[in-house]
Amino acid sequence: MTRRPGTRGRLPVVLVLPALVGLAFLLVPLAGLLVRAPWATLADQLFSPAVGQALSLSLLCASLATVICLVLGVPLAWLLARADLPGRGLLRALVTVPLVLPPVVGGVALLLVLGRRGLVGSHLYSWFGISLPFTTAGVVVAEAFVAMPFLVISVEGALRAADPRFEEAAATLGASRWLAFRRVTLPTILPGVVAGTVLCWARALGEFGATITFAGNFPGKTTTMPLAVYLALETDPDAAIVLSIVLLLVSAVVLASLRDRWVGGAA
Amino acid sequence: MLCRTGVAALALLALAGCSAQDTASTTEPSATSASSAPAVTGAVTVFAAASLTESFTQLGKDFEAANPGVKVTFNFAGSSALAQQINSGAPADVFASAAPTNMKQVSDAGGITGDATTFVKNKLEIAVPKGNPAKVAGLADFGKADLKIALCAEQVPCGAAAKKVFETAGITAAPDTLEQDVKAVLTKVKLGEVDAALVYKTDVKAAGADVEGIEFPESDKAVNDYPIAPLAKAPNAAAAKAFVDFVLSGKGTAVLTAAGFAAP
Repeated sequence: MTRRPGTRGRLPVVLVLPALVGLAFLLVPLAGLLVRAPWATLADQLFSPAVGQALSLSLLCASLATVICLVLGVPLAWLLARADLPGRGLLRALVTVPLVLPPVVGGVALLLVLGRRGLVGSHLYSWFGISLPFTTAGVVVAEAFVAMPFLVISVEGALRAADPRFEEAAATLGASRWLAFRRVTLPTILPGVVAGTVLCWARALGEFGATITFAGNFPGKTTTMPLAVYLALETDPDAAIVLSIVLLLVSAVVLASLRDRWVGGAA
Repeated sequence: MLCRTGVAALALLALAGCSAQDTASTTEPSATSASSAPAVTGAVTVFAAASLTESFTQLGKDFEAANPGVKVTFNFAGSSALAQQINSGAPADVFASAAPTNMKQVSDAGGITGDATTFVKNKLEIAVPKGNPAKVAGLADFGKADLKIALCAEQVPCGAAAKKVFETAGITAAPDTLEQDVKAVLTKVKLGEVDAALVYKTDVKAAGADVEGIEFPESDKAVNDYPIAPLAKAPNAAAAKAFVDFVLSGKGTAVLTAAGFAAP
């Protein structure tokens, strides 16, 4: 470690070395998938009806789950960051429970509450004939349950970093809290909301445990890509690798195009 | 292509290493007669089909009691997932599969040295939640679209057996979900989320009061053979062989038949 006072822009080794190790740690498994991939059959798999079905279902469910998370999660984040609530710390901790909960346990919990014999689900079933398990709606519910904390935490962080004095100034100028939220707060925290939305969508897209437990597995109805990958792995690892790569490529394309459009402009 | 040969070479190397170990260990247990072999010690890892969960847990305890110094660890999952894990180099000593197909996946990859032995047979039974709320009477009810029905996915043995049963009975099943293993199917029945499911006879027995079983004649058409074998790359080859012998012994058979399995 020779010191060179002349090179002021030199990156410190203590940071660069772990950063490179970290990068390799994240990318090497990915490279493993790409190396083992049976490239010859990739095109066939990509355009097979079963894969198309699972892929479109995955994209649809993840997007719907993200919309639900946005509609419910942004107000929840606002409540946690701005409102004077008793026991706010506890509430904040509880919101993150789905993050630490193994997804399969989350799925069982959803079954116990929203299942046909669940606490709420039994009423839904007897009054309206609605039964969520084993339906596409069930997939959306499971994904939203697992993914929402990602959005809430991102948005809450952005809200807490934003200066509340702008909102106060808006209030002194006669704006209602709702107007101040829409015209002042939301534009300020937009990068946080976008980042949270992207995280939330990505988590929903990769969701496996809660989905297979709560919504089951039936092609065209509840078999999303992660479920298809898992079942393909049972008999045909090559097909599972191809499916994984398809999911990887699609999510990478979606996230990259979103980033260029939204995050790039905002940041 | 390059990778494949690399893996194959590695497997060969490992095999060569193990067969040397094997010859050393096979002389040991045969010298100390198989039935009361006090020589085995250490940890033995058994990969067993999900449907064996209750009976093998019991057998593991009995085996530990008979061989002080041995610790049995189980990995219960769908047979196909287990075969996949073993072929990927999981450090297992024994593999007990719910179908010959999955044992073949392992033996084709050179995972076992000798032949696998069929130790029990199992057949399917209709499982319904306690009280049979949907009044399921037989296999024909599985064709009704308005009933909630769970089956195993075709990739796992119980799903393959179910497919065979429906084919012989000429029924087009209308399942709502195809689960990843038989225990996942059973959970859905226990919670009352499905009206009927096809699981193994032994699972209905193990589930206790929450689940009721209905036998059906077509089940004889899809009887699953359960093969067991010590693995070629077993870290503890002596204990692996001793465990397999224990399962095949009269005591082992007694535990398994009590759980509802049929003798081979």
